[in-house]
Amino acid sequence: MPASPMANAGRRAIAFPRLSPATPGVARPQPPPITRETVVPRTRSRRPAPRWRLADTAFRVTALGFALSVLAITGAIAVELFVQSAAARHAFGWSFLWTSVWDPVFSKFGALPFIYGTLATTAIALAIATPLGLGTAICLAELMPRRLGDGLTFLLELLVAVPSVVYGLMGVFVLVPLMRSIGAPIERLLGGIPLFSGPVYGIGLLTAGVLLAVMIVPYIIAVGREVLLAVPQAQRDGALALGATRWETVRQVVLPYARSGILGATFLALARALGETMAVTMVIGNRPEIAASLFAPAHTMAAVLANEFAEAASDVHLAALVEVALVLFGITLVVNAIARLLILGTRGTERARA
Amino acid sequence: MNRKLKTLLLPALAAAVMLATLAGAPVPGVHASPAATNLTGAGATFPYPLYSKWFDMYHQATGIEINYQSIGSGGGIQQLKNGTVDFGASDAPLTDAKLKEMPRRVFHYPTVAGAVVLAYNLPSLKEPLHLTSDVVAGIYMGKITTWNDKRIAAVNPGIELPAAPILPVHRSDGSGTTYVFTDYLTKVSPEWASTAGKGTAVNWPVGIGGKGNEGVTGLVKQTPNTIGYVELVYAVQNKLPVCAVRNRSGRFVEASLDSITAAAASAASNMPADFRVSITDAAAADAYPIASFTWLLVPTRIKDAEKGRAMKDFLAWMLVDGQKLAPALQYAPLPEAVIGLERQALDRITVGAT
Repeated sequence: MPASPMANAGRRAIAFPRLSPATPGVARPQPPPITRETVVPRTRSRRPAPRWRLADTAFRVTALGFALSVLAITGAIAVELFVQSAAARHAFGWSFLWTSVWDPVFSKFGALPFIYGTLATTAIALAIATPLGLGTAICLAELMPRRLGDGLTFLLELLVAVPSVVYGLMGVFVLVPLMRSIGAPIERLLGGIPLFSGPVYGIGLLTAGVLLAVMIVPYIIAVGREVLLAVPQAQRDGALALGATRWETVRQVVLPYARSGILGATFLALARALGETMAVTMVIGNRPEIAASLFAPAHTMAAVLANEFAEAASDVHLAALVEVALVLFGITLVVNAIARLLILGTRGTERARA
Repeated sequence: MNRKLKTLLLPALAAAVMLATLAGAPVPGVHASPAATNLTGAGATFPYPLYSKWFDMYHQATGIEINYQSIGSGGGIQQLKNGTVDFGASDAPLTDAKLKEMPRRVFHYPTVAGAVVLAYNLPSLKEPLHLTSDVVAGIYMGKITTWNDKRIAAVNPGIELPAAPILPVHRSDGSGTTYVFTDYLTKVSPEWASTAGKGTAVNWPVGIGGKGNEGVTGLVKQTPNTIGYVELVYAVQNKLPVCAVRNRSGRFVEASLDSITAAAASAASNMPADFRVSITDAAAADAYPIASFTWLLVPTRIKDAEKGRAMKDFLAWMLVDGQKLAPALQYAPLPEAVIGLERQALDRITVGAT
């Protein structure tokens, strides 16, 4: 491990310049040289102190208020979802989480197919988008001339701004026919395996996952590139000086250094994939069923909410939908918590390594 | 002095803004406008193109403004119940239970009739496909799974049907269209009635879901071997071939304004006093069997005298001038007999505080 002592030195190198010059010094007026004159009329130099203290307090209270309002909003959402879903929680209890019948006419509701669909599409999307995004980020940050990388990143950031319904339309008109023509030979070849069994409509779980991957890849690339660029040049120079190749430098020095940032980028993408609604509902087939095949139609939690909320047939139906929202909220919370722990974990190992 | 004021004011201002945000003025929703000659309504999306034309023409003729939000029948019913709109609109008549929940007595006024058609994607077919009620129910129950099934071939003599699997498409969002279609299936198939039933959203035994009429239309247009139900106007606009369906008197009828009006007329002879009537599977010789009225839901007592008069005046206008505008937008005008009954029923609305 030639990199480890150096990693430590490098971190200190960036930590210092960031902290020290920015805060005091510049903002405050330079104290005048101490002479008799400056000592005598003290009033002028002392006056700002109480004024600034008051403003500081006001600022601190305001900022705290804003921070608390975020907490309050999150809390209010959780409480509201919990209260509004009372009818469904009482009617179905915990079995809501593992039964798969969704029947608005006979008022039987189970959310398992939606939970499965959300998790499965997100997993597919991440499995595709993470290596793709990371590879692109490495290329943009490490291998390309800086200016070309900047230009391409600008284009990528445009992709983030595309509304999801546009992605959905692209999915319906481009991806679905493509998946149909690619999926058919796969099904003929591997149809014996349940995972690839037909029929292949072009609409389904895999298509939704691929579309989601396309949607979240710009996030991973944009954030991933920034994180890689933040790795101090001294790290790379050190590795190269020790005789490492470009590939070894990236793999053994740059990536480990940027690991927690890369994980952060991935989880940002994950959160987006979990909650994506419009594009998914347009290509997934909206069928609340758990099928073994990747080509089979499925449904997600966000999609069922968007689809059925406006015309919920009964109060129980409405409450069941709110409970789906509550479950989605819970899953997002758990996933985010796991993400935090993972990031903390990597920081811990980094510290241990250093 | 001035600067001091500023430094104090800025955080205070920020705090005030934050407090206001936190306190949150109650969400206004859609309040009945204070101007007396304004009416507000909300509900069904299916008749929206016609309604917006009506309200525009009526505004030009009388100066009375009617604001209508096409948020879906369920939402319209909810808003009427909360008293935030003057009238609602629904593609399905309210059940007795829903009527009882209303704080005011509500009366149904049919406005026009529409049809739900079965569009399909079989490129090899030249003639319109013929279907019986048994076949339609069989396809949507998953009993008939291939296009060259004997039961389909039996009613399509001389037509070569492909040996391909049928992919039925339904609406994934709750909708009046689904209500009309499942109402038809419930009438013609006891098995459907006991397993899936009728409603704005049901537990579909097979098939994939598309969001909205345009979603189903898109899926059928894009995917070979599909069949899906949509409002007539969507099939016409997208030039999708539609099935001729055998009606109760044994004739194969395609949906047209005449065949829909014929279905509506057959209901006139035994029209219930409150107009809550289903015209699916109508008995008339040339009636299209999957048709329905769409209704305005009007409270029978309107306290605001000017609003009450405006509401009654509009209903009277709609029955005469409004009907003439319907055919151009692919809605079937009401039969004369129904118009006569409705004109009598206008007396049910009492205006004023008495």
